[in-house]
Amino acid sequence: MKYMDEYRDRTLIAGLTKKIRARAGRFYTFMEVCGGHTMAIHKFGLPWLLPSTIRLKSGPGCPVCVTDQSYVDRAVAYAEMEEVVVCTYGDLLRVPGTSASLYDKRGEGCDVRVVYSLLEALRIAREESSRMVVFLGIGFETTAPGSAVGILEAEQEGLDNFCLLSAHKRMPPAMEAVASDAGQLDGFICPGHVSTITGMGIYEDLPRLYGMGCVISGFEPTDMLESILLLVEQMEAGRPEVAIQYKRAVRPEGNLKARALMDQVFQHGDDTWRGLGVLPDSGLRIRPEYARYDAEQRIPVEVGPARENAGCICGEILKGQKEPSECPLFATSCTPVHPVGACMVSSEGACQAYYKYRRYA
Amino acid sequence: MCLSIPAQVISIQGDTATVSFAGNQYQAGLHMLNDVKEGDYVLLHAGFAIQKISDQEARETLELLREMGELD
Ligand code: SF4
Repeated sequence: MKYMDEYRDRTLIAGLTKKIRARAGRFYTFMEVCGGHTMAIHKFGLPWLLPSTIRLKSGPGCPVCVTDQSYVDRAVAYAEMEEVVVCTYGDLLRVPGTSASLYDKRGEGCDVRVVYSLLEALRIAREESSRMVVFLGIGFETTAPGSAVGILEAEQEGLDNFCLLSAHKRMPPAMEAVASDAGQLDGFICPGHVSTITGMGIYEDLPRLYGMGCVISGFEPTDMLESILLLVEQMEAGRPEVAIQYKRAVRPEGNLKARALMDQVFQHGDDTWRGLGVLPDSGLRIRPEYARYDAEQRIPVEVGPARENAGCICGEILKGQKEPSECPLFATSCTPVHPVGACMVSSEGACQAYYKYRRYA
Repeated sequence: MCLSIPAQVISIQGDTATVSFAGNQYQAGLHMLNDVKEGDYVLLHAGFAIQKISDQEARETLELLREMGELD
């Protein structure tokens, strides 16, 4: 990609860290909300480059990690049905459910297919017209518009053997929950690609109600360091606000066309998050007009009470209360090959990021 | 899965584009964007192009970073 090297330039990185050190007049704790940021921060070793005044915590922005256990159980129940093809993004495959993961079910001969895009699931539905394709729609505002496109295409084509199990979620309610809960956060490194869709308006309440800085950041090291510098400057000036550092991909109003598609198909509803529990209006539910494409309406399933894996502290990690290294299972019985919890399964999960880049630290 | 990659548009067929990133080619749904042209850079996320990447903003951010470095 054009400019990639420039955004990783050592001289620029050194200049930014020096400036952050000079500007920070006290200790600051910032949360990177997005799992993609968590991964990038550890990959580029930012914790080692930053002065000791700056502490980073990972937050609730890894879609696979926050997906509730009962959702996985429901997906497993669909996989067990003879007439159903379950299509999923790869990351969800190994997340342990109460009795099994989708990966286990596939091993037992259930039809579980990993797709890279919802458009692939539509193609499978066209090819397998005698079977029902259930697509597992997880992710935040970045992914939800694609799911909306899928449902609208299915409707237009009259494709009747396709439906979606929505665990799509909105980012702001989780950030507010963390802001009011943790209490010691000074600001958010806001998710770049969620904001590409939503624009900056969704974060407005955070500076106003919680006095927290909010900078929408890109994913290269200089992007993240500049965002941290902007946060420090906001806080030093006593003026927390919403700002965009990632200007090449985020317009203030977001992507209006994508937002319209998302609003056409989804409405807000309460939703359950791993670690955070039920958050009002945090879910994106399929509107009644599109109930034909809503797996929950189309093929209702009953699942028993969800049981989390004993000892896994994913929930506390997602709230920024603990670090992966504080989990007794970390890198002992829980590894990316044999993950115990969702934060180790996902390539954007904090536990996997720590395992990959910080295990020997 | 939430990662998005900056990919260049190679060709357009209706509402789908063939895009390239790091030597690999992918299909990208164009349903969320208007006026995408060959040669544009787009952010590819789970099979859809979710935004055009602004070349001007990309350069301005870099210039700003360089200036900040020089001020020291
Ligand atoms: S290391 Fe494994 S068991 Fe521990 S919190 Fe992370 S995912 Fe859960």
